[in-house]
Amino acid sequence: MSSKSAAPLLRRPFLLTLPALAVLVLVMAVPLGVIVYRSFSEPAPGLQNYVWFFDTPVNLIVLSRTFSIAFWVTLACVLVAYPYAFAMSVAGPRLRLLLVLCVLVPFWVSGVVRTLAWVILLQDSGVINRMLMAVGFEKVRLIRTQLGVTIGMTQILLPFMIMPLYAVMRGIDMRLLQAARSLGAHPVKTFFQIYLPLSLPGVFAGATIVFILALGFYITPLLLGGPQSTMLSTLIQQQVLSLLNWGRGGAMGVVLLIATFGLLGIASPFMRRKYNMSGGSR
Amino acid sequence: MKARLPRLLLGLTCLLIAVWLVAPTLIVFPMSFADKKSLVFPPTGFSLQWYENFFTNPQWFGSLIVSAKVAAMVAVVATVIGTLAALGIERMRAGPAGIIRAILITPMIVPGVVLAVGIYAVYLDTQLVGTWTGYVLAHTLLAIPFVVIAVGANLAVFDARLEVAAASLGASRLSTFFTVTLPLIMPGILSGALFAFVTSFDEVIVSLFITSPALKTLPVQIFSSMTRDADPTVAAVGSLIFLATSLVIGLGLLIGTRTGRRT
Repeated sequence: MSSKSAAPLLRRPFLLTLPALAVLVLVMAVPLGVIVYRSFSEPAPGLQNYVWFFDTPVNLIVLSRTFSIAFWVTLACVLVAYPYAFAMSVAGPRLRLLLVLCVLVPFWVSGVVRTLAWVILLQDSGVINRMLMAVGFEKVRLIRTQLGVTIGMTQILLPFMIMPLYAVMRGIDMRLLQAARSLGAHPVKTFFQIYLPLSLPGVFAGATIVFILALGFYITPLLLGGPQSTMLSTLIQQQVLSLLNWGRGGAMGVVLLIATFGLLGIASPFMRRKYNMSGGSR
Repeated sequence: MKARLPRLLLGLTCLLIAVWLVAPTLIVFPMSFADKKSLVFPPTGFSLQWYENFFTNPQWFGSLIVSAKVAAMVAVVATVIGTLAALGIERMRAGPAGIIRAILITPMIVPGVVLAVGIYAVYLDTQLVGTWTGYVLAHTLLAIPFVVIAVGANLAVFDARLEVAAASLGASRLSTFFTVTLPLIMPGILSGALFAFVTSFDEVIVSLFITSPALKTLPVQIFSSMTRDADPTVAAVGSLIFLATSLVIGLGLLIGTRTGRRT
């Protein structure tokens, strides 16, 4: 019975994607539509929620802080991931497996538990502060500060930077470097003129992913941060759950959505170039 | 001689990064054996009371059961839906395929809280807050991208000529699918199912909005415990999850290498 009713499905590929698209419409498109609608309609139709958002200094401070935290996290991720991904791409198979394992192990426990670990490490009487004091430094306030949030987020987002970087670096033909060296180029020059440009698509792809994910972070800033490191997501949650102000919360949500997809739109042409390049080298 | 110093520096840097990546995960192990109700590291004594608390306190153990059930349902639903979508995309022309794939991956990119607020709004109107259906639907949405990516990656290396060969030997499309295509993309489907399970088991932001005291998932319980007080039970849960995941991945690797040897 099923062989007659199901066979046409395999011939009409679009039908196969319909269940997935239906879930997307019901659980994502409709909810986001409701948010956008409410931002323009509650408590009264108009732009008042957006006027309020951009007229209230606290909101603008939080918005710019969200971007600045995302920026520092991305920069830290690039700087930390670059040598690591490079080592992965040149290591032997055994060492490479070990390095990959170290990237994946953090995924084995839930994100909330990982944040708990950072709470333990960063607290005033925590491991990091005691180590600092043992070496003779002053106590640093880490928990409930922007620095603490940045440290925790960087560790959690690092795998998203390492993996695309590694994917690109693995494809770089090391003979190009040997060629440059044999022609008399200094190692530093070889790196900056040949290796770095070739690896940039990976940097770009990873940085885009990390920045976008960092913009929407909620749990880590909430648990590691304090009032001075609130990010936009927390503000949205407060408006909706504590103040029951769906209009204002919705407007903030729309701002965050536009920032996220705007950035993705700007970055995606550059990311596509990566695929062309890798396709060309093959 | 000249190359040794940079190599040493690179090695040291990577060692530091590896420690930084792994250490925060492992710190939950000693914490879970703490004797006092505090989160000071290292703990001052040894006890198993937090494990006992996890297994005997209905708040904790109940939420584990809820999470396991929801994740199992999501793994089934999302894997079926996602695999169908991946098969559809593979059979489309490049243009539409790219668009559909991009659309299906958006749940990964939409900021969690914005999505959660939207889902909460819809669920309030449809009485889905704190229901099994509510959790499974929301988690399925978030799991579909992982299944589409995992199965899609497997289909990309799948040799389509095998299907042509089967058809030329007289197999119907459907029997070709079940006897040729499906077994060959099984690794992708299984890893997709695993990703779907983990996505649901781990999901916290949307769950925090659609939770109810009667039906609470484990991450929500962990989160509320963390915001309430310093309870090492969280560390015990973390350690148990870590062990369980290691076991699953270890088994997966074992099975993977076995089937790898067979082919």
